[in-house]
Amino acid sequence: MDWFELLFAAEVAVGGLLSGVMYALVAIGFVLIYKTSGVLNFAQGAMVLFAALTFVNLVERGVPFWVSVAVTLAAMTALGFGIERTVLRPLANRSPMTLFMATLGLSYVIEGAAQLIWGTQVHRLDLGISNAPFEVWGIFISTFDLVAAAIAAALVAALTAFFRFTHTGLAFRAVADDQFAALAVGLRLDRIWATVWAAAGVVALVAGLLWGARLGVQFSLSLIVLKALPVLVLGGFDSILGAIVAGLVIGATEKLAEVYIGPFFGGGIEGWFAYAVALIVLLVRPSGLFGQKRVERY
Amino acid sequence: MSFLKRVAPALLAAAFLASPALSDEQHFPLQSYRVGPYAAGGTGFFGGFIDYLNLINTRDGGVNGVKLTWSEGETEYEVEKGVEVYQRLKSNPGIAAWNPLSVGIAYAMIDGVTADKVPLITINHGRTDTTDGRVFPYVFPLLLNPYSETSGIVNYIAGKEGGHEALKGKKIAVLYHGSPYGKETIPIYELLAEKYGFDLVQIEVPHPGNEQGAQWLQIRRERPDYVVLRGWGVMNPVALTTAQRNGFPVDRIIGNVWSNSEEDVRPAGDAAIGYTAITTQASGNQYPVLQEIIKTVYDEGRGNLSDPARIGSVYHNLGIVNGILNVEAVRIAQAKFGNRTLTGDEVRWGFEHLQLSTDRVKELGAENLFHSINVTYDNHEGEGYVTFQQWDGQKWNVVSDWIAPDWSLLRPIIEKSSEAYAKEKGLPIRTEADAEGTVSN
Repeated sequence: MDWFELLFAAEVAVGGLLSGVMYALVAIGFVLIYKTSGVLNFAQGAMVLFAALTFVNLVERGVPFWVSVAVTLAAMTALGFGIERTVLRPLANRSPMTLFMATLGLSYVIEGAAQLIWGTQVHRLDLGISNAPFEVWGIFISTFDLVAAAIAAALVAALTAFFRFTHTGLAFRAVADDQFAALAVGLRLDRIWATVWAAAGVVALVAGLLWGARLGVQFSLSLIVLKALPVLVLGGFDSILGAIVAGLVIGATEKLAEVYIGPFFGGGIEGWFAYAVALIVLLVRPSGLFGQKRVERY
Repeated sequence: MSFLKRVAPALLAAAFLASPALSDEQHFPLQSYRVGPYAAGGTGFFGGFIDYLNLINTRDGGVNGVKLTWSEGETEYEVEKGVEVYQRLKSNPGIAAWNPLSVGIAYAMIDGVTADKVPLITINHGRTDTTDGRVFPYVFPLLLNPYSETSGIVNYIAGKEGGHEALKGKKIAVLYHGSPYGKETIPIYELLAEKYGFDLVQIEVPHPGNEQGAQWLQIRRERPDYVVLRGWGVMNPVALTTAQRNGFPVDRIIGNVWSNSEEDVRPAGDAAIGYTAITTQASGNQYPVLQEIIKTVYDEGRGNLSDPARIGSVYHNLGIVNGILNVEAVRIAQAKFGNRTLTGDEVRWGFEHLQLSTDRVKELGAENLFHSINVTYDNHEGEGYVTFQQWDGQKWNVVSDWIAPDWSLLRPIIEKSSEAYAKEKGLPIRTEADAEGTVSN
């Protein structure tokens, strides 16, 4: 392999790692909810769409940027509380499959509501971050992707600090470890679930803004869950660190596979390649690389 | 008996004979998509189509007195829902034609409409070999099929380079959507590369195309002179922004006919300024037919678009042109069969005689909105001309003359494919005499 090819491979890998950060950003929203309530929230993509559509429509109507952020945050928090009250609470103690199907239905409701309220037009979302690349040792790196990675890192740091150093965070961890024990010591499960859904709404807003600036704010934003699912399988459904590491692995692997293995299959393999990797991991390590191993005794 | 009682029946009878029956209506069932991932295109296209039908009803009282009616069924651009809507609406009386604006739904309907003997219009898209009306009597890829589009794009690039000879040694990369639609043109690009001597790289983007880092790095490594973007939906703005991130000049990217709308470029912001795309119909609302729609339909509160700022956008104008072609096919068929509700097969005859010269297009208020069309029993595309438009950040500007694809080169390939289809399905090859016969249904 000559120097140019080596440089090219490095560029593909770096591009993949930066894309992986974006996948992880969506995956973190799933992890938050799964960790505390055991629900695989298929509506996370719809929440991303709802957050981005709400924000961009406010901005287009002349609402200042930070006011729009605040209003959207409030809307996402209200949505989180609303979901807990109307969907999760009535379905408490039902099987995981029932809850999963409920979130599947919820995703359709949120997508429909988002289009009903804000219309079906495609919107430009300009966060003021340059899309132009800069060169480091012959490798083009996108400014936008770097800023997105920094924002994702800040979000992970904030969530980690929240879980470790706040009472609510401790309560989240207690519920995640053992719901019945948490109930026994007087923790209010309904409040914790409502708060965690609101937190997932905040993550959805961050993901929605970054993905929306990349793709445009349009319905396809809800499809980014398809990028997050293999990340979750690989990293484990209940590990924020796992989501980040798996995002990086999946991002780099799928890009390298597309470039170097894709030509043998006629190209266009990255869509399914990530799932193939996830399937192999599932067979070898069902709880993912960082997920908690669950032992059930009968 | 009073005078009134004596003359009233005679007056009623005279009125009945002098004009089409009150119940004479021609119906258009619409498999529209106003929600879901492609709603922006669906609302524009079906909005334009309905606006034109409304104009004809309001201004002219219908086509020679026959009112145009329509009913909508939501498909969200999903094939199963499109087929369900087809099954639900096909029993409506007086159906003129189907216009699903979806490759997948159109593919699924071919056998059905052939059995029903009702035309299926796939303007600017669909199976290329359905151009051959000898094999596909009820399918009409009006104005532009995928092969003609490819030829038009290559001719445009040749024009920019100083002729087809100048294509020798150039390299063109085609970035295509990973779907049957995207893959439809792979063989014709290979053929044209061989004929004109340019190097060709074809790169697939998996659906939906919201991540293209690897593909554009490959493009950077290949260093093509041009990239043809054969995209759909979110793939288009992502292609433009990813090209910018990889330092590929936007004025060297040529979009195909489904990468040419405002919805494809606006989300890309500055990255789209200077991007050029092919089209069969110009955008803008300066054309007389658009002005009439604004005055007669929108000013009276009957416009179909919820946002009037979208009047004259690419999809809206495509819907209007589609409306013109459907209505003129009905008018042409009426001239032969009478001013009444026509059967689907009679409208098929109308489409097979849909010849609109540039003069007739001008009479219809659509001069330079689209060029002309010349459909015959064996050519269901109708030799549509194409033009190219460039995005300036606010609107599209036409940057070329009307360009003719290389139909004579394409026709034998189309016939080879359609004849193979006919053999596989055991279908007869129609003659002109067969096409002149119609059945009532």
